[in-house]
Amino acid sequence: MSSVAITKETYLYWYELMLLLRRFEEKAGQLYGQQKIRGFCHLYIGQEAVIAGTMSATKKDDSLITAYRDHAHPIAKGMSPNAAMAEMYGKATGCSKGKGGSMHFFDKENKFYGGHGIVGGQIPLGAGLAFAEKYLGTDNVNVCYMGDGAVRQGSLNETFNMAMLWKLPVIFVVENNGYAMGTSVARTSNTTDIYKLGLGYEMPCAPVDGMDPVAVHNAMDEAVQRARRGEGPTFLEIRTYRYKGHSMSDPQKYRTKEEVEEYKAKDPIEVVKAKIEKEKWADQAWFDEVAAKIKNQIDEAVKFAEESPWPDPSELFTDVYAQENYPFIKD
Amino acid sequence: MRVIQYREALREAMNEEMRKDDKIFLMGEEVAEYNGAYKVSQGMLDEFGPKRIIDTPIAELGFAGIAIGAAMNGLRPIVEFMTFNFSLVAIDQIINGAAKMLSMSGGQISVPIVFRGPTGNAGQLGAQHSQNFENWFANCPGLKVVVPSNPYDAKGLLKSSIIDPDPVIYMESELMYGDKGEVPEEEYYIEIGKAKVVKEGTDVTIVSFGKMMSRVIEPAVEALNKEGINVEVIDLRTVRPIDFETILTSVKKTNRLVVVEEAWPLASISSEIAFHVQKNAFDYLDAPVLRITCADVPLPYAPTLIAASLPNADRVVKAVKEVMYINK
Repeated sequence: MSSVAITKETYLYWYELMLLLRRFEEKAGQLYGQQKIRGFCHLYIGQEAVIAGTMSATKKDDSLITAYRDHAHPIAKGMSPNAAMAEMYGKATGCSKGKGGSMHFFDKENKFYGGHGIVGGQIPLGAGLAFAEKYLGTDNVNVCYMGDGAVRQGSLNETFNMAMLWKLPVIFVVENNGYAMGTSVARTSNTTDIYKLGLGYEMPCAPVDGMDPVAVHNAMDEAVQRARRGEGPTFLEIRTYRYKGHSMSDPQKYRTKEEVEEYKAKDPIEVVKAKIEKEKWADQAWFDEVAAKIKNQIDEAVKFAEESPWPDPSELFTDVYAQENYPFIKD
Repeated sequence: MRVIQYREALREAMNEEMRKDDKIFLMGEEVAEYNGAYKVSQGMLDEFGPKRIIDTPIAELGFAGIAIGAAMNGLRPIVEFMTFNFSLVAIDQIINGAAKMLSMSGGQISVPIVFRGPTGNAGQLGAQHSQNFENWFANCPGLKVVVPSNPYDAKGLLKSSIIDPDPVIYMESELMYGDKGEVPEEEYYIEIGKAKVVKEGTDVTIVSFGKMMSRVIEPAVEALNKEGINVEVIDLRTVRPIDFETILTSVKKTNRLVVVEEAWPLASISSEIAFHVQKNAFDYLDAPVLRITCADVPLPYAPTLIAASLPNADRVVKAVKEVMYINK
């Protein structure tokens, strides 16, 4: 069923990518505790299979856009962990030159379009990115991520209507981690099967096991092929789980430790590792090598961020307008 | 020179730019098959087809966001709001999206887009259809706000707005669409951010923009002329950025200033100009800066209440005499 076949290489790629994202976020959490990273910081730990399954089912020229839990998507697309870490430090070498912070990663070269802080605000933007691809006659798609909280926004409903009407090549993905900050899905709506919101627009929609990259890949692949054929959008409710709080300042009193442990037992990195071991696709030396390589990458990213310069104050008035010499009011 | 309507000037601006650049498209409610709620886009569907002249559902938040996304990915959308009153449901996309994208992305992603449509009161339309948002949008860095007052300016400024690399809020008026004015056949552009001294004078500087120019300032100037008062009149054309230099140069000559706008008074364009002038031309002023705005209330329906709220020529004449200390 999958037009992009899942092979041994796919598993090895998934393992390495997910471990990199996991270690990156663990380090980000530590650095937040040390106040090296400030502001709001939302970690992706537990949700890695969603981006892994997306990457194996899409191509380089497909674009991604998401909300503020946005560290994993651009790194998966090819952004350097150095630029990601430096951005969270607020350094000039960050992916948004220190002007974005944790919630506003951007990487145009790798077709990652942010990093958006208003819940649901990125939904029409993703459809718009797809609109441009269709307008320009490419076969590229946009994958537009959102959290389960975002589906209650008006922006989703307006965008779904037009995306179906115009058959835009966009895949809307809810990374349903069960909680909109501290409020469970069941406490925000009568409709807890989020994917069913697609039915009202006759948009193909389905629930997907977000702890399993194979399930994500297959669902995504089908959606991507549909979009490339000009048949329009798909709405995937990818059921995942974040092990950590909503942000770094979340005491998590709304859920039990048992619930968290239950999901950790299905950890996608462990599941993929077990498959690789079972199929004997790699030996322990390979796993050790991957772990060492990632440790080096993360150490290097921290060193890079630490040693990078702060943005010069003269940067304050740059990048606000594309026009040069805009006459800012400076009294 | 030939004379055309304001709406025709807008249409010509869009047509000319769309013929030059395939990436420009027009999107909005009733813009295509209905030929535009105010007939601005009449005939454009026939020329450019449904790919580039796009009717939308009534979903301003959604289509504003889709257009911004399209601009982020290389297109140049023109979004028509049937009126700017309806832009409020899209304002998150305009402020948090279009205006901030370039900055948040460290200069990577620009949003070349025009949001255009009528602003201000247009008769007895009630409180929700009679508002001015020039100062709301002008408050936000990342945007430019253009408010043309006549057909000639409308065309030249819209052409500049469409090719501008930044998001532009372009505000028209239902009452002005039928206004006629001289517009040359040949192509021209008017620079965004530059005011125009439309009448030179010596006694008082009057600064205004948009619909106020023809509806309020012109009759006021005529009345003042009859009394031998020679005012200098500046049409701002653009309220972000504001051309303070032209205002200051004039005030340093006349030593008196009256600012006229249709919006509510608090944190308005006139407040900003008054601040700037007192700060930078304090020693030149021979009288306090006065301003005329609409009343600090939602605009009611009854004609008597509308008349009591809106700026008019009499109020301008009175203010000019007041800054000249003429008691009659």
